[in-house]
Amino acid sequence: MQALQAPNKSETTLRSITTTSNTTTPLASQGNHDGDSTKLWWKKRFRLGEFLIEKSITAISFLSFAFIALIFVFVFRESLPIFSTSAVKKPAETKQVQQETYGDETPAAELQQQVDERKRSVENLEEGGATAANLAGKIWQPVSSKPKYGMLPLIVGSLKVTAVAVLFSAPMAILAALFTAAFAPKWAKELLKPAIEILAGIPSVVIGFFALIAMATFLQKTFGFQYRLNAFVGGIALSLAVIPIIYTITEDSLSRVPKVITEASLALGASKWQTALFVVLPAASPGIFAGILLGIGRAFGETMIVLMATGNASILSGDLFEPVRTMSATIGAEMGEVVFGDTHYTVLFFIGAVLFLFTFTLNAIAEVFIRQRLMKRFEGQ
Amino acid sequence: MNQNGYKITTRNLSLSYGPKLALKDISVGIRTNYVTALIGPSGCGKSTFLRALNRMNDLIDGVQTSGEVLVDDIDVYRNDVDVVALRKKVGMIFQRSNPFPKSIYDNIAYGPRINGIHEKNKLDQIVERSLKQAALWDEVKDDLKKSGLALSGGQQQRLCIARALAVDPEVILMDEPASALDPLATAKIEELIFELKEKYTIVIVTHNMQQAARVSDYTAFFYIGKLIEFDETKNIFTSPKEKQTEDYVTGRFG
Repeated sequence: MQALQAPNKSETTLRSITTTSNTTTPLASQGNHDGDSTKLWWKKRFRLGEFLIEKSITAISFLSFAFIALIFVFVFRESLPIFSTSAVKKPAETKQVQQETYGDETPAAELQQQVDERKRSVENLEEGGATAANLAGKIWQPVSSKPKYGMLPLIVGSLKVTAVAVLFSAPMAILAALFTAAFAPKWAKELLKPAIEILAGIPSVVIGFFALIAMATFLQKTFGFQYRLNAFVGGIALSLAVIPIIYTITEDSLSRVPKVITEASLALGASKWQTALFVVLPAASPGIFAGILLGIGRAFGETMIVLMATGNASILSGDLFEPVRTMSATIGAEMGEVVFGDTHYTVLFFIGAVLFLFTFTLNAIAEVFIRQRLMKRFEGQ
Repeated sequence: MNQNGYKITTRNLSLSYGPKLALKDISVGIRTNYVTALIGPSGCGKSTFLRALNRMNDLIDGVQTSGEVLVDDIDVYRNDVDVVALRKKVGMIFQRSNPFPKSIYDNIAYGPRINGIHEKNKLDQIVERSLKQAALWDEVKDDLKKSGLALSGGQQQRLCIARALAVDPEVILMDEPASALDPLATAKIEELIFELKEKYTIVIVTHNMQQAARVSDYTAFFYIGKLIEFDETKNIFTSPKEKQTEDYVTGRFG
């Protein structure tokens, strides 16, 4: 019935418009009678459902942004006391006199050296507070009668492990990506890409456990180093977590190189390898660079793997085959036992802030490289 | 090179993408130092045929080829033929200009470099010669360091031609080289084709029948994977033997 009536209705409206075009009042009343839908079809309408959905999606997306901002604020606020030494609460010394130290199991020769150093640092420092001199020191010994917060061994430890991890994983990940993007037959591509990406989903504690139990023994047998757990083992284990990151981003940017460029190179009589190395790889280089940066960021911030596989001794040395302790592992290991608001607590947050700034900067640079350089390159600016 | 004056000859060339037959029994002779145009409606197989000549179709999954493509009397689909060497001899210009994201100089030096030429002055010579041949030298000689992608569309296409010339090919395959260009840039490319045929054998796919009539000496008309007619260009356009050819060149379909 409605369907039949509809054309009639519109016809009458049309007729009424044409016949009574000079008189406005009857038209208006008729329009009201017919309903607003035909007359006010152009009128903006408020759709509550859509409005709510749109606003809540916006809110949620800004929520994740807020989380980052809050973490940023919290970490920095907690580490703030470090910048004003007077505000640092001094550890209750009377209680700590009897506290055991971590230096007990050190070999005799090193012990002597450490004792010497301790003497020196004790001479220089008052009360073991978080002064700049103390933070720049060479010994990390936060729980002791004269706590030492020398971050140098931790920073060097992080750098050593990260360097091993990136030097090992970057070539492997880039070559694997090059293979999947440029050479692999379809079946191999469909097998490799998800397989390597699944590697990214393995919990780091599992990788750490694997490194601790299996990999360390294997590497020690193969290379014959003295300490079973060390920076090298930690770095190799870490590279299992870094490879998927560099691989994924590199593979994406290699696949994004326009196919016409590859064809042009092949049509010039270049072999597949020449095309991949001299055309595709350079064209994708900003993306690859970004991948490496993100890989470094991940390696630097990764905690569980290095906590389990590096030996976790805060020794300052350039030797890759000595145990190390990284900044992240230090936080992971000590945060649970620290006195709230203590200098030690503040210093741990300060380390966290340094880590945060470092990875944040790396990610920001990587973003610029992916977004701008890579895109510009293909659009020709 | 070839005693009978044919640079490329195909014999019963058939090609299929999976189950779909794209070319049926194409037998054609392409004469040395002439321009041969391939015309026909979209999807008629003319680009596929062109890409079969230097085996660019190898890059597409599921392509099967039968029959022979003789380049200088060698069947290039034989198992022992080096595709890389073939493509050096039979170069290609694509529909969309595709310079590398490198400088103008490096774009052209790329081919010679992968062939082992690294001396600076030799490369300089090749770059200058190729750009002059492609009628681009005067426009870019002062900024060879500029990115090839910063050039205009017509200049980019001439850069691609210069890049192809730098490896000293004998045949140049052009896949609708001017279809994305404005009339002025098109005229320049056509002029260039005219000059290039002195030294090179050229096969050009085109959608534009006036262009085929203007630049080519021979024309092949393709329709649904079949070669309908192949003759001197003036015959194809003035007195075609086949009804379909006549309908197409007079604009009745296509």
